[in-house]
Amino acid sequence: MRFVRRGDRVAARRVGSEMVILSADDSSLFVLNEVGTLIWEAADGRTTLDAIAGGVCREFEVDTETARRDVAEFVQALAAAGVVSLSEDQSP
Amino acid sequence: MTTSLMDRIRDQAFASGVPLAVHFDLTYRCNERCLHCYLDHEDHGEMTTAEVKRVLDQLADAGTLFLTLSGGELLLRRDFFELLTYARMLRFDVKIKTNAILIGERDAVRIRDLGVRQVQISVYSHRADVHDAITKVPGSLARTVTAIRALTRLGLKVTIANVLMRQNAADYDGVRTLAAELGAEYTMDPTITPKMDGDTSVLALRMPQTQVLQLFKDRSLVGDDFCKPAAPAAIDDPDVLDALPCSAGHIACYITPYGDVYPCVQFPLPTGNLRRQPFLEIWRDSPQLAEVRAIRVRDLHGCPSCGFVATCTRCPGLAYMEGNMRGPSTADCEKSALRASAATAQGAFE
Repeated sequence: MRFVRRGDRVAARRVGSEMVILSADDSSLFVLNEVGTLIWEAADGRTTLDAIAGGVCREFEVDTETARRDVAEFVQALAAAGVVSLSEDQSP
Repeated sequence: MTTSLMDRIRDQAFASGVPLAVHFDLTYRCNERCLHCYLDHEDHGEMTTAEVKRVLDQLADAGTLFLTLSGGELLLRRDFFELLTYARMLRFDVKIKTNAILIGERDAVRIRDLGVRQVQISVYSHRADVHDAITKVPGSLARTVTAIRALTRLGLKVTIANVLMRQNAADYDGVRTLAAELGAEYTMDPTITPKMDGDTSVLALRMPQTQVLQLFKDRSLVGDDFCKPAAPAAIDDPDVLDALPCSAGHIACYITPYGDVYPCVQFPLPTGNLRRQPFLEIWRDSPQLAEVRAIRVRDLHGCPSCGFVATCTRCPGLAYMEGNMRGPSTADCEKSALRASAATAQGAFE
């Protein structure tokens, strides 16, 4: 199982239907759409990636495999940017 | 930061009335006594730790992302790091404004570790005698510079803010060079504002116009676009006349250490107090904020027919302090004229 957790060194706020994320380290700016915002808000380090993909399936009517693949790619991209961290271990 | 993306976020905040940026002074107490300061440094009953945290909760719920924490000297608050930790836990993008003389190595590490994105530090001159005469604290420049080194060494983004007045008008280039040596960014501002209580005696410190003109002619300082007056046709342009004068009260506001909410730190129009009302009640329902939000450039007295209307940086707060928020800000009228003079001198009309 894999877990995703929001990073400590970013600022974030929902503006309208989007999530605005700003890195303290390099001022990189990210704006997440509704799907990305759902993933971000679920990224508490205790919810599995599969469970997050399940939430995407329910909210946005996509099939399970597509949701799993898209969520995995999305969080990998965010992790590469330092916005989230991925772990095999659940956060306390 | 991607400018176009940020513009889109600002537009969305304007459209939905989100207070995207808040400047929050945690104290007016200060360990310097700067000649030009607009504040009363006596403590008239600052909000407590619990009160400040409650306000921060309300700002996060209201959608504030950009939080500037300032003062006075905010490190004089014993709970400063507790409040900073709390603000970052709420995921604000935090900028702090400080004179930095209380920031030691350990404090710098804490500020970095808490994820502060920007630190703005006041430096008046690269010459200790000039800087210290303005702050009235002997040794203050040396302490400030030591703190800047500690912060930049840790990779923090530091901006040196160089307020210019008669006493240090000639020193901007020296401060800019110092900033480069320290790995800091540099910004200068020749604006001296009246005191919060309306006392205008500090305005005598403003640089003479001849010196402001010299500044405006320095393209390395103001950029290539600063001195480009509007084409005359702009005075009939609906895009100009229907524009908002600035973001104060629309997507930005200011909170005093006593819980008063103003449209901006330079626009001390009382709109409500957070000890008596929740933030969103003030933000949404204040008649004073509604009045500020209703003003368009075409409503301003004298501005619509002015040739500089499209490029003027008129501050509605300074106009308010002159007596009329729809009236001119004469300091900005003068600046617009000086920008035009600088442009003419540089052949910008050719």
